[in-house]
Amino acid sequence: MSHDTQAGTPHGTHDKLLRMANQIATFFSSQPEAVRAQGVAGHINRYWEPRMRRQLFEHIDAGGAGLSPLVIEAAKSIKRPEAA
Amino acid sequence: MPMINEIDFGTPASKSEKFVTLTIDGNEISVPEGTSIMRASMEAGIEVPKLCATDMMDAFGSCRLCLVEIEGRAGMPASCTTPVAPGMVVSTQTQRLKDVRRGVMELYISDHPLDCLTCAANGDCELQDMAGAVGLRDVRYGYDGENHVKARNDGAINIKWQPKDESNPYFTFDPAKCIVCSRCVRACEEVQGTFALTIEGRGFDSRVSAGMHEDFMSSECVSCGACVQACPTATLIEKSVIEIGQPEHSAVTTCAYCGVGCSFKAEMRGEELVRMVPWKDGQANRGHSCVKGRFAYGYSTHKDRILNPMIREKVTDPWREVTWEEAYAHVASEFRRIQYQYGRESVGGITSSRCTNEETYLVQKLVRAGFGNNNVDTCARVCHSPTGYGLGQAFGTSAGTQNFDSVEHSDVVMVIGANPTDGHPVFGSRLKKRLREGAKLIVLDPRRIDLVRTPHVEASYHLPLKPGTNVAVLTALAHVIVTEGLADEKFIRERCDWSEYEDWAAFVAEPYHSPEAVERYTGVPADLVRGAARLFARGGNGAIYYGLGVTEHSQGSTTVMAIANLAMVTGNIGRPGVGVNPLRGQNNVQGSCDMGSFPHELPGYRHISDDATRETFEKLWGVTLNNEPGLRIPNMLDAAVDGTFKGIYIQGEDILQSDPDTKHVAAGLAAMECVVVHDLFLNETANYAHVFLPGSTFLEKDGTFTNAERRINRVRKVMKPKNGFADWEVTQKLAQAMGLPWNYKHPSEIMDEIAATTPSFASVSYDYLEKMGSVQWPCNEKHPYGSPIMHVDGFVRGKGKFIRTEYVATDEKTGARFPLLLTTGRILSQYNVGAQTRRTDNVAWHEEDRLEIHPHDAENRGIRDADWVRLASRSGETTLRALITDRVAPGVVYTTFHHPNTQANVITTDFSDWATNCPEYKVTAVQVAPSNGPSGWQRDYEEQARQSRRIAGKLEAAE
Repeated sequence: MSHDTQAGTPHGTHDKLLRMANQIATFFSSQPEAVRAQGVAGHINRYWEPRMRRQLFEHIDAGGAGLSPLVIEAAKSIKRPEAA
Repeated sequence: MPMINEIDFGTPASKSEKFVTLTIDGNEISVPEGTSIMRASMEAGIEVPKLCATDMMDAFGSCRLCLVEIEGRAGMPASCTTPVAPGMVVSTQTQRLKDVRRGVMELYISDHPLDCLTCAANGDCELQDMAGAVGLRDVRYGYDGENHVKARNDGAINIKWQPKDESNPYFTFDPAKCIVCSRCVRACEEVQGTFALTIEGRGFDSRVSAGMHEDFMSSECVSCGACVQACPTATLIEKSVIEIGQPEHSAVTTCAYCGVGCSFKAEMRGEELVRMVPWKDGQANRGHSCVKGRFAYGYSTHKDRILNPMIREKVTDPWREVTWEEAYAHVASEFRRIQYQYGRESVGGITSSRCTNEETYLVQKLVRAGFGNNNVDTCARVCHSPTGYGLGQAFGTSAGTQNFDSVEHSDVVMVIGANPTDGHPVFGSRLKKRLREGAKLIVLDPRRIDLVRTPHVEASYHLPLKPGTNVAVLTALAHVIVTEGLADEKFIRERCDWSEYEDWAAFVAEPYHSPEAVERYTGVPADLVRGAARLFARGGNGAIYYGLGVTEHSQGSTTVMAIANLAMVTGNIGRPGVGVNPLRGQNNVQGSCDMGSFPHELPGYRHISDDATRETFEKLWGVTLNNEPGLRIPNMLDAAVDGTFKGIYIQGEDILQSDPDTKHVAAGLAAMECVVVHDLFLNETANYAHVFLPGSTFLEKDGTFTNAERRINRVRKVMKPKNGFADWEVTQKLAQAMGLPWNYKHPSEIMDEIAATTPSFASVSYDYLEKMGSVQWPCNEKHPYGSPIMHVDGFVRGKGKFIRTEYVATDEKTGARFPLLLTTGRILSQYNVGAQTRRTDNVAWHEEDRLEIHPHDAENRGIRDADWVRLASRSGETTLRALITDRVAPGVVYTTFHHPNTQANVITTDFSDWATNCPEYKVTAVQVAPSNGPSGWQRDYEEQARQSRRIAGKLEAAE
């Protein structure tokens, strides 16, 4: 495959997941306070495949740099998948 | 199987509920008030001779053949233009009528060629029929003298004669055969709404003219076929009929192009398709069609179709044709090997929104029951997944709320991010008809789509918003409605959660949501927003229609919620004429979603974590289902690049061309060890495939499609599959090779399984569809006749939910390097990635994708019309030719994505909707510069595609 290394190479999966988690947090942070963290956690539980959640937890466990505080807060309610 | 002959009642049905009784030829009959005598006669079983009348359009009264006599009234009124009256006594056949009719026919025939035996309409000519009906035996005037029939009169050139116009690829216009009944002109006006045809001249000089005395192709004609269908003679006739002859049997089926889901009669001679004619009883299209469904079916017999299964070890190898058994065994063993080696979750599948419900159901069943995971997704991921999410949240169900007939009752229509006259043409025509009747129109679109100003239609408001600011504009509309006291509080108190409404109302009322505050970044003048909001809130029945310009954004799901909010706050839900109407792209994208194609839900939108639902399927399928959501298409590709996803079965979807960020898609596919493509053609994705399974067209199989109005329509097999097997059979064989005990004999058995497991389909069966024609889900004990309109007495979820919609600017921002915003769309004659339409004569209208750019932006860059330009984003670059137009605002450029060589998705980025990962196709920051021709990537790509399409033992690769 010779076409994969030009300017604008796609972001790695890891960065993408962080961006997706932050996007979800951005939406819920505008919602009434009571539903914010539950909203983020519920959304990720419903739509994220276990290996995506696993990668998210790996990052959170490593300090969670770059993640919205709401994601960190929500992580308490995100289902932690079994180790691979 | 006989021909399906539809009765032509001559004039449209009256909608009056008051009935009138009259006597026609001694038969007493009751018909709705306003019915014509012609129609009433037909209902009584008496056919009054007619030429200019047809029930697709209003009575015209020009041919003077349908005269009748009425007791107590003088003269012989035309039965088409005379409405019934109580106690009327009508005679349709008297000596006087007979004489007059025969005289009229004699005049018609005196200026008409007598080549009936060799005429293409022979056997389907109303003029011939009427000559027979009135007993015409002689033409006393002879055929000499002034006429339109002969090229030469006595050796001299006949200036009244015109040659055939064969400019349109699909039909001919032969003025010599025209009787000037105006049916074509009226069809173009009343049915299609294009106004491309007219009658020029007067008296004997009258003739039909396309545009300003142009040929059809040069005129505004959109080739919808309505005029051809309306023509009573061979004047306008399909070239296929000229070539093949008249059909001898027909079957009703459903178009396989867009989500309107038009019903057609496939008219056949043996196994040869003679023509597709829109079916008047089709509830979605009501007898109308567009250029794609009517004419663009030639791909089904195109030489590029691959008819034998093929395998190759490496994607750089040429393809090797194998037997079906070999192909199935190979796929089964490869998928098992991959799962053994990399884990159960390392494979998945993509269901096709082009295939039938039954086929889609089987693919998701293969993934869940056979692969043992939930890695299944469908192309709705890249189009309307935010609709599913947003409407699910607000209303409790993932579908549009209305039927298409509903538009006939709308007073204000808001079209957001959709271009119905191009993308959903038959609905576009129905909408235009309503607008001509006086309904008001509001358009939210960065581009001046045709609807904004088109013959006899003009939008009251066009809000030309900057791409990516939908949420800001919609929230501003809500701000005006709430702060100016225009909310329908009675509706909201009854139907919605009042405390959520109060929270939401306080949110939208914040000053920073005002039109004046958001104007700065939306680019929409505040007074337009205020005017549009007032019109929508106070204008009567308000309906919202929207398309991918809403969903394909980082805030796609938020926008759908904002639309739902707008409908609820104005009380526009739950009755005819209102509602939230997503215009779905593909023929069966609604169905593929309904059938459990998403990785997180089973058929009927039930989450995979729901134990009771899983149990239903586990019992029936005899397996244990995984209760965790699977990977969505973009996640599959990410996982492939990461090395944890290695095999995929793709039925009828070309992700390499249709999905964003082509390079990333290519990298994902290239990283897989077994890519199985099941398609009609060696599509772009097949460049990276190891196994190719030939697919079948919609003409070659039985099944159902579900259109944008939730209507389940039958697809009927009219010819045997050229590749040998319908797609559902191929999936079944594959499942059997993997050891699954499937044994469906006919798609109806698959539908029975769907009905048995999915509450919203509980009453659906092929027998029931045969009886009803079509039904709209939910169709079950509670809704035995289906559900034309949803949420009638309350929302599916209980109380309607208002959700705060905060505008968040996309991360895709313009700057010095990429100062313009690219947005994408489609064009009437082409469809999606063009795999089908490019293989038809539709290329006559659109042979390449062009980049629309505003004159200012073009001038700044030294670009002239039709110049090659380089289009670059942070993802990649491509080249195409420019089209300079002020349809787009300065700062915005636009293109279509119908041609693989354009590679528009090399440009689009990996940004996506926050809730569903629906890609942000509609906003990409780009730069445009003059260029000399195709980019290096395009050349490399073309070469690689050519190489990868080689088939061992065949000289030239397909396409």
